[in-house]
Amino acid sequence: MQPSSAQTPPRANLAGWLYVSPLVIVLVPFFVAPILVVLVASFFATDGFGGLTPGFTLASYVEVLHSALTLKLYLATIKFTVLTWTFTLFIGFFVAYFLVFHVRSQLLAIGLFLLCTVPFWTSNIIRMISWIPLLGKEGLINQALLGTGAIGQPLEVLLFSDLAVVIAYVHQLTIFMIVPIFNSMARIDKKLIEAAIDTGASRFDILRLIVVPMSKSGIALGTIFVVSIVMGDFFVVKVMSGGGSASVVSAFYEDVGVLQYPTAAASAVLLTLVLVAVVSLILRTVDIRQEIAR
Amino acid sequence: MKSDRGDIELAGVCKSFDGVTNVVDGVNLRIADGAYCCFIGPSGCGKTTILRMIAGHEDPTAGEIVIGGQNVVGLAPVQRRTAMMFQSYALFPHLTVRENIAFALRVRGMPKRDRLRAADAMIEKVRLTQFAGRLPAQLSGGQQQRVALARAAITEPRVLLLDEPLSALDEQLRVQMRQELRRMQQELGITFIHVTHTQLEAIALADLVVVMEQGRIKQAGAAREVYAHPYDRYVAEFMGGQNVLSGRVEKVNGTSFTLAQAAPAGIEVPLKARSSIKVGDKIDIAVRRDDVALVRPGKELPPGCSTSLPSRVLAIEYQGYFVKVMLDTVPDDGFVAYVPEKTFFADPFTVGDVVMATWATGSALPLA
Repeated sequence: MQPSSAQTPPRANLAGWLYVSPLVIVLVPFFVAPILVVLVASFFATDGFGGLTPGFTLASYVEVLHSALTLKLYLATIKFTVLTWTFTLFIGFFVAYFLVFHVRSQLLAIGLFLLCTVPFWTSNIIRMISWIPLLGKEGLINQALLGTGAIGQPLEVLLFSDLAVVIAYVHQLTIFMIVPIFNSMARIDKKLIEAAIDTGASRFDILRLIVVPMSKSGIALGTIFVVSIVMGDFFVVKVMSGGGSASVVSAFYEDVGVLQYPTAAASAVLLTLVLVAVVSLILRTVDIRQEIAR
Repeated sequence: MKSDRGDIELAGVCKSFDGVTNVVDGVNLRIADGAYCCFIGPSGCGKTTILRMIAGHEDPTAGEIVIGGQNVVGLAPVQRRTAMMFQSYALFPHLTVRENIAFALRVRGMPKRDRLRAADAMIEKVRLTQFAGRLPAQLSGGQQQRVALARAAITEPRVLLLDEPLSALDEQLRVQMRQELRRMQQELGITFIHVTHTQLEAIALADLVVVMEQGRIKQAGAAREVYAHPYDRYVAEFMGGQNVLSGRVEKVNGTSFTLAQAAPAGIEVPLKARSSIKVGDKIDIAVRRDDVALVRPGKELPPGCSTSLPSRVLAIEYQGYFVKVMLDTVPDDGFVAYVPEKTFFADPFTVGDVVMATWATGSALPLA
């Protein structure tokens, strides 16, 4: 509490609470309560058949932290996250750059921007399944490569592999990079670019010294989206790896499947803490509030 | 061979954005090296487009732009050795004052220590040393303007282009920064081209005033020349300080002609040398507002005055060292006399008074 709040009249305080009440009404039952339930469950003991014994034990945490699998899964998840983040950032940044700085007509830019959202008119599952005819053993890519004689055997690495997982993630998540980066780039005054040209800056200088630093808030927001979605996902990994790979969430999904609720809850709490740490690290590097207020 | 001279020649420069209308329409102009040149005109007259074409941010549709003897059309701003100061300054908001000023040196690959030293020297020149570490948003308008000026000047350009540099400042600061611009121009000894829509700014600063209308140059000349001898009604009205009257030529003798007007005897106007004014021509004349004297009816006209127009006082504005008296002398146009304060208050008029507006015959000026 800031000392000044003591001096604000109660009426103003009430108005403030009223302003945030819609958010509170949504967040408390749908976010805070479930998190608390999970947190409490993570300290419960279990009879191994889905029955929970209220109490306080760190057994689940000990189990999760001692498991070699946990480390392996985190490493796998971080690998997917880093790869996906790298590609979505690269593609997203340049798509946004193209739309903002190279498409002269604003109408066309908005049209192209909306075009980027077309894949989202179908469901996530359909978007993933659509890769099968493309990447599969008999898929278009293998057919084409075989046809040109570039390969003698169909490439099996294309589908049901880590590569396929990353492709599916990039396909799904690039838009989450494009939108915030586009937004922060669009607010760069075109006169700044002209002023930079006037001083003799090359295209690359402008990118490096003006556009990237001024798109930082968009990059940070996009990064938060992508990182938290990839780290919290198991479905894409499961489908696109054909069961060959797993992520942190897959493990506690399995736990839930075999009624090991406390370990699942402990894993979930752990993952939440990791994500909170990652996000706060991002926010520490980029002062989003200041960037947005600029 | 690169020339260090910053003299500029525009030859038949045209610019059209849509291929139909010319925003800049056949402009020819010569600007001397080291001159302070002001382009002035209402918004949309093409003055900023000319500036941007000289700067290399816009290519002319036709014509040549020659700087220091070299045709620069198609060259990048750096190759032209021009620098531009943008309207509202376009400072990089994420860089400090020092980094902003050193930016041009940075992209030229100058080592960090050298460029920061050069930037600090420039910062001192524009008296911002104590603000070197601040971001542009933490500066006042006048300070931002100095940063913009320093950023443009650090590359040692031969021409500095300023797009309405004072328009974002308040009145008092504008006058102060105006002097600073002139001081910098003299210190740097380079050509300044300054676009403005404020007459006072142009005549206070410029060696060469260029008055524009709809993509064409109406008149280009020394400040005093443009102000005191406007070429036509447009320039006279735009530069201000003049009363413009129109009428039909009644009589022409060797040295003067007479304009039919409300006045019983007409208005006598001196004839320019080799003028082709004939009887029956419709013509505009200009009389400076501060040349107009007001005399009460029936009183003797001051010496040298042959014309006197009966008028009614419509309004009076006290302006400090003079009094602005608005009259209904001519039916459609305004007619204003700037009467020195002491003269006015020796025998003050009130609204509604009938007076005779008169001026020394020699001071009336026929317009094209």
